[in-house]
Amino acid sequence: MKQPEIPISPSKYIKRYLKRCITGPISLLMGLSVTLRYFFNPKRIITEQYPENKKTLKMHPRYRGCLELIEDENDENLCTACGLCEKACPNASINILKTKNIAGKKVLGQYLFHLGSCTQCGLCIEACPFGAIRMNQEFELSSESVDSFDLILNKKEGRG
Amino acid sequence: MMIPSVPHPLGDWVRQMIPIPELAFLANALICIIAICAVAIGSAPILIYMERKVCAHIQCRLGPMRLGYRGTLQTIADVMKLLFKEVYAPSGADKFVFYLAPMIVLVAPFLVLAMIPFDHNLQVSNLSVGIPFVIAVNGFGILAILIGGWASNNKYSLLGALRSGAQMISYEISFALVLLFVVMVSGSASLMEITLSQSGTILDWWIFKIPVLGFLAFIMFFISSIAELNRAPFDIAEAEQELTGGYHTEYNGTAFAMFYLAEYINLITISSLASTCFLGGFFPPLIGVEAVDTILLKVPGFLWFAGKVVLMIWAYMMVRWTFVRPRVDQLMALEWKFLLPFNLLLLALGAVYIAF
Amino acid sequence: MSSRKLPPGFREEVLDSDTEEYFVNMGPQHPSTHGALRLALRLDGETIVEVVPHFGYIHRGIEKQAESMNYLQYIMLSDRQDYLTAIQNNWGICLAFEKGLGIGVPERGEFIRVMLAELGRIASHLVFYACFGGDLGGQTALLFGFKEREMIHDILDEVTGSRLTTNFFRPGGSVHDIPDTFIPRVTSFLEHLEKSMVDYERFLSKNIIVLERTKGIGILSKEDAIAYGCSGPVLRASGVSYDVRKNDPYGIYDQLDFDVPITYRGDTYDRYVVRIAEIHESIKILRQCIKLFPEGPYRSKEKPSIRLNPGSYYSATETAKGLYATYVVAASGDKPYRIHTRGPSFANLAALNNMARGHKISDLVSILSTIDPVIPEIDR
Repeated sequence: MKQPEIPISPSKYIKRYLKRCITGPISLLMGLSVTLRYFFNPKRIITEQYPENKKTLKMHPRYRGCLELIEDENDENLCTACGLCEKACPNASINILKTKNIAGKKVLGQYLFHLGSCTQCGLCIEACPFGAIRMNQEFELSSESVDSFDLILNKKEGRG
Repeated sequence: MMIPSVPHPLGDWVRQMIPIPELAFLANALICIIAICAVAIGSAPILIYMERKVCAHIQCRLGPMRLGYRGTLQTIADVMKLLFKEVYAPSGADKFVFYLAPMIVLVAPFLVLAMIPFDHNLQVSNLSVGIPFVIAVNGFGILAILIGGWASNNKYSLLGALRSGAQMISYEISFALVLLFVVMVSGSASLMEITLSQSGTILDWWIFKIPVLGFLAFIMFFISSIAELNRAPFDIAEAEQELTGGYHTEYNGTAFAMFYLAEYINLITISSLASTCFLGGFFPPLIGVEAVDTILLKVPGFLWFAGKVVLMIWAYMMVRWTFVRPRVDQLMALEWKFLLPFNLLLLALGAVYIAF
Repeated sequence: MSSRKLPPGFREEVLDSDTEEYFVNMGPQHPSTHGALRLALRLDGETIVEVVPHFGYIHRGIEKQAESMNYLQYIMLSDRQDYLTAIQNNWGICLAFEKGLGIGVPERGEFIRVMLAELGRIASHLVFYACFGGDLGGQTALLFGFKEREMIHDILDEVTGSRLTTNFFRPGGSVHDIPDTFIPRVTSFLEHLEKSMVDYERFLSKNIIVLERTKGIGILSKEDAIAYGCSGPVLRASGVSYDVRKNDPYGIYDQLDFDVPITYRGDTYDRYVVRIAEIHESIKILRQCIKLFPEGPYRSKEKPSIRLNPGSYYSATETAKGLYATYVVAASGDKPYRIHTRGPSFANLAALNNMARGHKISDLVSILSTIDPVIPEIDR
């Protein structure tokens, strides 16, 4: 709340007035000295020229981008379709469709991942007991079509 | 009012080519108007680019870099965008006044620009009452802000307009008083005469000629002209953080572009006035050493003038991007309690200086 | 005035019958309400007669959502409350869960928590510096603050994997150990920050316009600050030395040597001074942590799906904004029965009317920015 102003004596007022006449400009010049120093020192510029520096721009290894299955050179994955990641996901971004292989064993059919609702929290990776999934360093995930956010992560069905 | 009477090779040539004197006069006037408009409107995008670069470098950024070499075409693209936007008024706005405001906002800076001597024989009109004319005309710009803010039918706009009106009334006084100081010491109200009174070395400029007083007067002029320009830190009429844009909250497209343009043309005008009155106008900064002076004198006067204007504009930009905005009542207190007494003191001391 | 019907929220009282008061909506779309906050102003000219904050524009029902999520999933939602202090919110919630689980955190884990939380505190206060300068009209201060904050977020990005929504702490420790580059990076950053803070303080702290704009503005008395339930820098600027880190230490704060900055006038300038002083205190804490940083495990062993022992658990932590408290009621099962969060911005915002009455619109903007509200945390 605004406090009522305390009246002060004229001599005090003049003293404060003169003091302000001297300290005021000095304080302003101090501020100006900072901006002048920054202006004449182009080395301080920290702007990253984003699309131009794409080649050199590397995200940190822990960066949480898009979810992917860890696959070897034969596109084989480690997923056993146990469904723990599906349960760990807070917003149901993962759907695991199970299927049966020739031997009649339950294996991964399709690993559906809805990027549109993913919050990149990383709980699925923590939940996976087999280390079958990871988050890559991809950060340009925007797209023009909604359909491109529904991803099928596995190329082959799981080994079981 | 605009009398292209100053002897200039181009003017003489036109007078020779057109035998009827009235027609020649009209042709000359037309040339002057076109030249002034072209220079002012043409330099506004350059100044916008400069402002963006200056503020970016202060803030450790690069500023526009994409369009053209280091973003030089960026402002052109921005202007194009503004021009092609739909112009509409908010419901309940006084349409006639709403669209009148951006038109009259440009009048004042152009009229002042006509008084400025750019070189020995490069001036549209050499009025003998130049300074009073400048003071009188300069108050015209505020009219546009007032009626524009009032016609917008928006409380923020109205607040901005009222703030601006109060600010302008206050700062007009010290602005006029400082110019009066210059008129007093130089002994003439004509801007050409004021410039010519500063011929000689750099120490003959009014900022240095009178010890201390000249510099103080220059600072006074600088402060009051920032308020006159409605620029930060005295941009309480716009006050983006408080009033969401103040008087031009509701303007868009071309109408907004006019306000934007006027701000930068005003910047040129006031900077020209400052370099005319204090920084020796079109005279080069001679230092009294023969060898250097001959080189300096070879550069044409209007280039020196342009250089000083750019320097002043840069100073305005540095101030704008450094200081925070005072409150409305503090702005008024600064004028009435600090600037006005100092200005009166300055006038008195100036009189003492002339007397002795 | 009495014949006119007041808009909802205002008090029926006539202050000045000579002039006609009018009403202005500041927000939800306004440059300086820091998000979708709506302030209904009752103005007499430019003088504020009354401010009524209206919020809830981005209410997401986080507390209700928590009842349908398991405990680990809720940590993700705490990032999305006060996004400037996300890492400290993680800590606050994990603290309550650890009480329910009856587990502790290894020493190295505690140090990781303290260091990341203090980095987050510096980042949050730098945003305050930036917004405060920006709200006063100095756009350059805005960029200055964000410049150093960006470096902190880069460090957080390397450690946690995300810049803003860190989601890093878990009951019993954290997701990962810190990378090897963390300590050298923090050391070099602290040196850089100290150099920059000299410039930044010179830029705003002594500037006469800032002093005029802030001294004696928005005074919140000690009694009012306590009565409104304010916490954090807003409370400490009014002369109450209350900091959860000191008064009710959690983590390893009792082993560390730091001061609680406190000022007594309770005006806008004091709140600014307290926050700047806290940046320096955080630098001090970080320096000690670097010196004492131990080896060992970073996380205590626990089962992948956690179930709290039935009962109710309370944890209080000091985020950059103030007291962030979590109350968890656990039933059997892996989902909480109820989680309530006590956010600092919400309580601090309640004091706005008390602070801003009688001042000008320009002052309201600066007062609001010294409360430093984060709207998602108020709305939740």
